[in-house]
Amino acid sequence: MAEKEVLIEVKDLKKYFKVGKNAVLKAVDGVNFKIYKGETLGLVGESGCGKTTCGKTVMGLYDATDGQVIFDGTDIHSLNKQEKKEFTKRAQIIFQDPYSSLDPRMTVADIIGEGIDIHGLYKGEERMAKIHELLELVGLNKEHALRFPHEFSGGQRQRIGIARALAIEPEFIVCDEPISALDVSIQAQVVNLLIELQQKKNLTYLFIAHDLSMVKHISDRVGVMYLGNMVEFADSDELYSNPLHPYTKALMSAIPIPDPDEEKLKRRIPIEGEIPSPINPKPGCRFAGRCKFATEQCFASTPALTEVKAEHFVACHRVHELENC
Amino acid sequence: MSEKLLEVKDLHVSFKTYAGTSHAVRGVDFHLNQGETLAIVGESGCGKTVTSKAIMGLLPEDNTIIDKKSGSAILFHGENLLDYDEKQMTQIRGHRISMIFQDPMTSLNPTMKIGDQIMESILLHQKVTKAEAYRQAKEMLELVKIPNAEQRMKQYPFEFSGGMRQRAMIAVALACKPEILIADEPTTALDVTIQAQIMELIGSLQKELNMAVILVTHDLGVVASVADRIQVMYAGKIVERGTVDEIFYHSTHPYTRALLNSVPKIHSNNKDKLYSLKGTPPDLINPPTGCPFAARCEYGMKVCRQLPPEVISFSSSQECSCWLHHAKADTSVLPEGMIRSSEKRSVK
Repeated sequence: MAEKEVLIEVKDLKKYFKVGKNAVLKAVDGVNFKIYKGETLGLVGESGCGKTTCGKTVMGLYDATDGQVIFDGTDIHSLNKQEKKEFTKRAQIIFQDPYSSLDPRMTVADIIGEGIDIHGLYKGEERMAKIHELLELVGLNKEHALRFPHEFSGGQRQRIGIARALAIEPEFIVCDEPISALDVSIQAQVVNLLIELQQKKNLTYLFIAHDLSMVKHISDRVGVMYLGNMVEFADSDELYSNPLHPYTKALMSAIPIPDPDEEKLKRRIPIEGEIPSPINPKPGCRFAGRCKFATEQCFASTPALTEVKAEHFVACHRVHELENC
Repeated sequence: MSEKLLEVKDLHVSFKTYAGTSHAVRGVDFHLNQGETLAIVGESGCGKTVTSKAIMGLLPEDNTIIDKKSGSAILFHGENLLDYDEKQMTQIRGHRISMIFQDPMTSLNPTMKIGDQIMESILLHQKVTKAEAYRQAKEMLELVKIPNAEQRMKQYPFEFSGGMRQRAMIAVALACKPEILIADEPTTALDVTIQAQIMELIGSLQKELNMAVILVTHDLGVVASVADRIQVMYAGKIVERGTVDEIFYHSTHPYTRALLNSVPKIHSNNKDKLYSLKGTPPDLINPPTGCPFAARCEYGMKVCRQLPPEVISFSSSQECSCWLHHAKADTSVLPEGMIRSSEKRSVK
């Protein structure tokens, strides 16, 4: 890509939830990134790190506490009702659980056609033809249109979810763990379908997952989140071959490799304990409590995401000292 | 040669459902040696969990049919567990064979303190006083590396995080120092860093207590680092088995190959299409007469759809049921290395 056009710019995005008196859950706490047109941006991290909240806030499904999501020049959190409708025509989301994200009382045709109806894109026979076309596009067939979600397997349901997202021909799709609930062989089917559709329709994806190998496979660039913060952000090959943040290093070393010889050679960087609670987090680097390189500085101030190498951003005070560890 | 601790012979399990009888496990044979780790790999619905629950005697009585034809048996130290009544099974379950489940939230009792749940199995199986059981339970919590064991004993499962709950469940399972631990997808619900911690924990406890482990999982990555032997299940049958190296580097069944290929390699920069299997597993209410994998197999032949394949052994540990290894099969279409040298080939 010679000239990259920015489709979405996320600026200092924050999403807090009030969870009680004087308790604030900082799910996303100041995240910055850009998504270029036609690329796939991967977002990884462990459960509770805020990646899904981030995706939903980018989609406007949650109101941002602070910060901006600039989609094609305008902040989506300042839109009025009419403009918001326009925005939803251009951006869609695929959810994690193919069982709970489809209305069990609607036929597949109505599920896929709902967006078409809302935006008044097609009517009557044209609408049905479009639905049939979408079903075939995602690898189902016409006969499936009049069935209900419970008649389908997990992989097929996820395809229905994808067809629904594609129905109004969006430019941008947030894929929130689209494959986590599926079996290995079905995962490959869905990922191949997503890649194929991206090439056909020049789609832009924000791909959220905790399966690090799959994210690497599908993404151009990847961001690693930890407790509401972006800790590292780089080109996917660069990130996986040369992780710099201590958390990313530990995370990468924990990925089980389906190859016994490689597993024997692998050195796992142990990481003690578990993710602390995001409710009223302490100041300083969020990872400091579990990081064996943490110094006083790490507990005192939060490191900013800075460019260490070309297009490789890391949020760590000691990144330069640790580079050769 | 180590002693066979557990031997499963020609196990058939089916379930009565509204749609008809579903044949979940259709003739499974395997054994488990002392101290080893056997992995059972397969996708959802292949019968791996049903097999392990059958060993534990945990299948619901009202709608399960375990076929007790001649030769079917689950032999534990030579005794057939299928002939045991509930009272006898209680003596085995949780004492000599234990199981940990995928979801620690639903398998721990939410209304009981963690300490009491560990003590429950100790008090049931060992003639000890409450104080002694308490001491042992606390020791177990320390063994699974839960900090502040004394305090944690008094807490309820909801006060534990996911990884901690899984540790607590391991403590419950291992409280009586069983000979066999069946781990059914022990880390599927956990994050990678926690998964690595739990797998390491199971591995070190296995050595310490000299247990045999049956690891049931769909994740080939987890299997690569811990298993000694692997058996791959598909539609209620074992399609291939072998040592870790044999399965990962010399697999002979197209399904095993497909499973291995559909996972992206983290160290390759290959952005090509992932290998993907078309279709879905067969319906087990009307299982296919031939090879269950035939409909999805890219090398499927006419015979595959008509007759079940014979078991062919390639070495003392590797076996595979696939028609492609028959003398009359056309092997020119197969990828390199899939057909092992014919000297070793012998039809059972």
